[in-house]
Amino acid sequence: MSDGVGRVGLRDAPISPGDLLDDVSAGAGAVVTFEGRVRDRNDGRTVIGLHYDAYQEMAEDVLEDIQRRTCEAFPVSFVGLLHRVGTLSVGETAVVVTVTAAHRSAAFDAARFAVEAIKAELPVWKQEEYEDGTRAWLDGDPAKGGPTA
Amino acid sequence: MSTDHVELMPVHVQLFGRYRDVAADEGVMLQMPRGATVADLVSELHERLPDQLPERPTIAINRRQAMDDQVLEASDEIALIPPVAGG
Repeated sequence: MSDGVGRVGLRDAPISPGDLLDDVSAGAGAVVTFEGRVRDRNDGRTVIGLHYDAYQEMAEDVLEDIQRRTCEAFPVSFVGLLHRVGTLSVGETAVVVTVTAAHRSAAFDAARFAVEAIKAELPVWKQEEYEDGTRAWLDGDPAKGGPTA
Repeated sequence: MSTDHVELMPVHVQLFGRYRDVAADEGVMLQMPRGATVADLVSELHERLPDQLPERPTIAINRRQAMDDQVLEASDEIALIPPVAGG
């Protein structure tokens, strides 16, 4: 696979940390994968599941933009970004970021940059479901950065 | 230009997340004057969804964040973007 290119996108079926590793060049010296999962507690409440809503078309564009900026900002050879949509149970994988570079420092830094950008910019919304049967949309951040008109 | 004959255009605004629940619909259809800006659209949305929006909600036009002074076009793909909460 050519430098800087990896799959990006939303997925409505389960994803796992290994999904992007098949695309990684055998010669990459440092491979960092971040996996974000649905956790079982938030703000003092017991969470039993999540629903992610997304502006699919814009989200795909934003992921491509984050990939491009990550490749420009760090000496990396591969950036792949996957995010789940739909209904997830506790422990399921919500996001996978895989980055490769010649050395670990760039791989860690680039992976963190991409994860933080996803949190701040991706037009995706999270509704938690609690053990008492209630649901709540989580308060996110006003979308910032990313593509502007 | 006379304000007696303001030409209106239909504007469909896609809704997501909590705003979709509040409106009980996937979008809202508005009639906006030709030449209306994003700021005008936000004022209209505040009337449609009273007490539900931040003062300056994010609007996306053609899948990119729009500025307040951007002029709306009839062919635009417009969305009201709740505070994001991915990851």
